[in-house]
Amino acid sequence: MQVSNGTDKRKEIEKPEAQMIRINVQDVGKVYSTGTVALENIDLAIEDGEFVSVLGPSGCGKSTLLRIMASLDHATSGKIDIVGSGIAAKDALPFAVVFQEVSIYPWMKVRDNIEFAFDSLSMPRAEVRKRVDQQLELVGLSKFAKAYPHQLSGGMKQRVAVARAFAVDPPVLFMDEPFGSLDEQTRVGLAGELLQIWERTRKTVVFVTHGIEEAVSLADRVVVLSKSPGRIKEIIPIDFPRPRDPVKLRGEPKFGEYVVRIWDLLR
Amino acid sequence: MNDVAEATVEQGLTALPTQHLPKSSFAASERWLRIAAPFIVLALWELIVRVHLLDQRFFPAPSMIVEDFIAYAQSGQLVTDTLTTLSRILVGFFIGAIPGTILGLFMGINKWVRAFMDPIVSILYPIPKIAILPLMLLIFGIGEASKYSLVAIGVFFLMVINTEAGVRQIQQIYIDVARAYRIKPLSFYTRVLLPGALPNVFAGVKLSIGVGIILGVAAEFTAAKSGLGFTIWNGWQTLQVERMYVALVMVSLLGYLLTALLDETEKLLIPWLRP
Repeated sequence: MQVSNGTDKRKEIEKPEAQMIRINVQDVGKVYSTGTVALENIDLAIEDGEFVSVLGPSGCGKSTLLRIMASLDHATSGKIDIVGSGIAAKDALPFAVVFQEVSIYPWMKVRDNIEFAFDSLSMPRAEVRKRVDQQLELVGLSKFAKAYPHQLSGGMKQRVAVARAFAVDPPVLFMDEPFGSLDEQTRVGLAGELLQIWERTRKTVVFVTHGIEEAVSLADRVVVLSKSPGRIKEIIPIDFPRPRDPVKLRGEPKFGEYVVRIWDLLR
Repeated sequence: MNDVAEATVEQGLTALPTQHLPKSSFAASERWLRIAAPFIVLALWELIVRVHLLDQRFFPAPSMIVEDFIAYAQSGQLVTDTLTTLSRILVGFFIGAIPGTILGLFMGINKWVRAFMDPIVSILYPIPKIAILPLMLLIFGIGEASKYSLVAIGVFFLMVINTEAGVRQIQQIYIDVARAYRIKPLSFYTRVLLPGALPNVFAGVKLSIGVGIILGVAAEFTAAKSGLGFTIWNGWQTLQVERMYVALVMVSLLGYLLTALLDETEKLLIPWLRP
């Protein structure tokens, strides 16, 4: 993926005041019908354009929290508000979701998978095509527009899912361990690509992961959850300048300090 | 779904490493044996009848059957009977398959529809369909409608059951994606649920064609004056045994061709399953 001068691009895409959004998570709890407490007293405010990672051991309820934010699951207490005037617009989705599993439809070609995300929006066909082309170009899959998912590798399938999310251009992006099922090399590579695309648009991102290094290299803040019940243990601001290179970042002494600190929290 | 499994097994077998296979001459002779086998059996049959080891009133020699086949074809009756039976099967199939697929979709989607229909389907499905032929004759009379409806009923239940199973086995993630992107209800049905259920729907179609042939031919035994089923039955009643064999061959050919046609249609309709 070749994204040149990402820093210059950013200036053009400054959001108008009206589109400022904010996610307020207020005292959210989730108790399953079995009595298991998945989440307890989750309070979190996410600002416009912020990249927040939610990190925790498996079974800490981090995916559940994301699903509640994306209205795919219900909280048993508390509430989540996504506020901002652009949210209710007819030609836009308030958020998009990238899932961990293969979430593109096997019966649709790559292009159709991305175009399908525009189903509920009243957008001219030409505009949709333009956006899909643009995103396919960004994730380096232009040649595969007419391929079926079974002809793609795991990493390519996730690229399509990322392209689909960015194509509808929502102010908020929810990502649930999007690269969790891929091998390490592909995972770090895709994280780098994600950052490059994100630098151009500065969407508000909530990124759930169990990878400490992944969280530190991507996020402005890392929300560390504890296991059963899932509670916020600590929120760690990650103080690296943007744009970042997730590979080079790993050589910084401060990177190691963050990682060790989070390891200690999770122990 | 079974067909998919079989296809993978087949591919797996042909993909076996070749270095341990015996010499290729053996593979070639094996292929020849496969092609020759039916002819060898036919030749033996011919021989046994000719030396009067088999009673030719019940087992006419293949040459006698071929002779009758030519006479049957020249009279034009062969084509007429075959087309009559084929149209009964196909018309009945569509009358049963369309509502069956729609009901199956709704049963898969909506738990209230499912709760209401499940017991009804479970009670009616096991009834041997041929057993309702007298009832169909009572209701629809001796005309085409009784044949159509018998085939349709058999097909209907198979399509309901397979389509419902197809919808219910669609992975949750595909439904989550549709919800996350606020897909419109109509698009959700036509572009997520229907294609997601399509492999199972198609398995139902294949089963249905098989059952449709059985029911169509069986219905013609007693309730028709034309068609391959009638010809088979009439062959017994008038002791035209050769004609009976010819009609049997035509029924099996019909089944073979319909299945081959469906296999091709499946490849065309479900390209994502068979690369």
